[in-house]
Amino acid sequence: MTLVAASAADVREAVLSTDGPLLPVAGATKPALSTAQDTAATPLDVSALRGITSYDPAELTFTARAGTPVREAAAALAEHGQYLPFDPPLADAGATLGGAVAAGVSGSGAFRHGGVRDFIIGVRLVDGTGSLIAGGGQVVKNAAGFDLPKLMVGSAGRLGVLTELSFKVFPHPRATTTLSFEPLGRDAALATVARLARGPVALDALDVEPTPDGSRRILARIGGDPAALDARAVRLASYVEAPHERLAPDEETALWRDTGELRWAAPGALVARIPVTAPAIPMLDAFLAAHRAAARWTLGANAVWVAWPAELPPRELGDALAGLGLTAVALTGTGGPLLGARRGGAFAARVRGALDPDGRFAGADLA
Amino acid sequence: MNDVVAALGGIGLGDRLLTGPAALAAFSSDAQTAFQQRAIAVVVAETVGEVQAAVRVCHAAGVPFVARGSGTSLSGGSLPVEGGVLIALNRMNRVLRVDADTRTAVVEPGVINLDVTRAATPHGLYYAPDPSSQSICTIGGNIAFNSGGAHCLLHGMTSNHVLGVRVVLPDGELAELGGPSAETPGPDWTGLFCGSEGLFGIVVEATLRLMPVPEAVRTSLAVYDSLEAAGDAVAQIVRAGLLPVALEIMDALAIEAAEASVKPGYPPGATALLIVELEGERDVVDADAARLDALLTASGAREFLATEDLDERALIWKGRKAAFSAVGWLAPDYIVQDGVVPRTRLGEALVEIGRMSEESGIRVANVFHAGDGNLHPLILFDSAVPGELERAERLGGDILRLCIALGGSITGEHGVGIEKREYLPLMYAPDDLAAMRRLRDGVDPAGLANPGKMLAPEAA
Repeated sequence: MTLVAASAADVREAVLSTDGPLLPVAGATKPALSTAQDTAATPLDVSALRGITSYDPAELTFTARAGTPVREAAAALAEHGQYLPFDPPLADAGATLGGAVAAGVSGSGAFRHGGVRDFIIGVRLVDGTGSLIAGGGQVVKNAAGFDLPKLMVGSAGRLGVLTELSFKVFPHPRATTTLSFEPLGRDAALATVARLARGPVALDALDVEPTPDGSRRILARIGGDPAALDARAVRLASYVEAPHERLAPDEETALWRDTGELRWAAPGALVARIPVTAPAIPMLDAFLAAHRAAARWTLGANAVWVAWPAELPPRELGDALAGLGLTAVALTGTGGPLLGARRGGAFAARVRGALDPDGRFAGADLA
Repeated sequence: MNDVVAALGGIGLGDRLLTGPAALAAFSSDAQTAFQQRAIAVVVAETVGEVQAAVRVCHAAGVPFVARGSGTSLSGGSLPVEGGVLIALNRMNRVLRVDADTRTAVVEPGVINLDVTRAATPHGLYYAPDPSSQSICTIGGNIAFNSGGAHCLLHGMTSNHVLGVRVVLPDGELAELGGPSAETPGPDWTGLFCGSEGLFGIVVEATLRLMPVPEAVRTSLAVYDSLEAAGDAVAQIVRAGLLPVALEIMDALAIEAAEASVKPGYPPGATALLIVELEGERDVVDADAARLDALLTASGAREFLATEDLDERALIWKGRKAAFSAVGWLAPDYIVQDGVVPRTRLGEALVEIGRMSEESGIRVANVFHAGDGNLHPLILFDSAVPGELERAERLGGDILRLCIALGGSITGEHGVGIEKREYLPLMYAPDDLAAMRRLRDGVDPAGLANPGKMLAPEAA
């Protein structure tokens, strides 16, 4: 049975009247988040909780209900030349703002200014006691009270049901262009990414995609004043030994859209995101290659997207990650939403206990 | 109480366990000197193990403890608890490593903010958060109070630059939150810990995000005949889609104070000054500078200058960063406020603050982070004049209420501490505060970690 909530009051009612774990769902584009390991969880459909509640372009902030589709928010911002700099994935597929925050996963464009945690400024949620609580606010700078907005990033619907979110936004780069470099070997690609990430050319995105022969293709996007773009592209190319191609405008738009829609992943594969740093990549990469799992580095080698083959058990990926001290956020497939090592220790357990003392959410999945 | 001192003596601190009256007096307040409390002992910790042991002793005895770095809190955040233990972290001041390839630094909590950048500079990197006290304040305190600075507009606050922390929880247990990556899998425990004002325990190690040193930094100083005109210029810059790293305004009184103390050489007779800083790669700064200059010219600036010269830039910032202490030249005492308003309501807020100042007969100097709506009214008074302190405090409270009424916050970067805890209930509803108390009680059931800060003691 699926419960439906169209207001914060409905969410409260659902939380208080349901025994056992409840799991919020809206766009359902990341089913690993909206499915519990414990199959008894009751879905709570919050997709009717949608709409932008306040947006003043001069403020560079906006507030919307959690079930608002990312696409809808992005369109409203684009009318005023603004955007969500954390570039939430799966926008075309129907992802919502609440799902983007709950996943805590940013898109390739987050390389420039930061991820979800860097742009969320306020939150309203219903916690496990049925309290509707607010944290943060609608101003970009705020040090009053505990930072509940950040806590909700990556909470996977397991600490509370998000009802409303406030973000800061930035002006959209006035023009963008992308260079695609000839593939390099893994180590050369890693070294090049490290060099590019240290500047001086500020990149909007820095991804590395696998090629069929096991090499790595660096994709670098820059954005900004159209007058400076050509010179900057030439300069960017000068920092990479491999030859490059500058993508045509429609080609580059399609490239980043397809990347964000996860179209590079084989249908049916378990798609997961693994935060890393460069030193962890060689061992992770070797493991994934041995299992024919496509691995795409993103955020300047601060995260790896993986498409884990459908025929392999997710547990195998989780065990390997645990051995490497890494954690994946699974967006699709079973066994999620977290695979591998767990973080937060006693602090995490105590915070969970405080927000959800009676276990009304599937918080056990986080432990 | 003597049992606690005896138990602390068993940790093996030697002469780093301070119990003499002179030492205790020296630690009895922080930069918010209106509050004074006396600890029964000061533990000068040098290792994680010592912090853990001291916290365990306190926990076993049910004695409150407060962590302290350089004691620069403007909200009384590191004020000791009467009869409690103070854990001083200044000696845990090592930058453990700087990793250029991952653009991270791992540091102990007593490391001074600017020393992170000093350690990162040889790698072409720096640590972005820059509170005005950055030459003395420590990372541990920056994290506890989610400190800001003049460059938050583009780069965010401290918590945006803290990727992971190792913490001693209020019962002495260690926990690792976050990690070295820019992204965190699962709930952002690190984000919750940042800005928790010591109520969740003590940070004993932090992994910080470093950024490439920008190849070009261009600082503009524009002079206006009115505060409104300077404010309008800010709105135009934002509307034009420019993204400066800093947008700062000083009013006439603040300019006067700066000139009287550090003599930055601001143009004489200015009613308002606007500082705009652009940074980034050469070509981007050049393109943005052309648009910015056109905007400033059109905004009615009486004059403006722009410079990339390091010394000239330092002089412009010197006046701005010294503004708090500089008002000491104008009045014997002052209160610094830290309220935030939505940036489109800045003009309204300033007019209202001016009116309230006139009405109360208490002078207010304004320096503020205009780009993000973060006000720093400096309320000037003389405590020797009967009634002035009370009037100044009342004015301060009225300003905070104004910020909340305009949809803002009581603190942008200084934290609630002990100073503003009575105002937190004006900003958050009872259910919101109850949830914060539940979090506090869940993490620290005995209520021993920095009690009395942020959350006021509940009425009996």
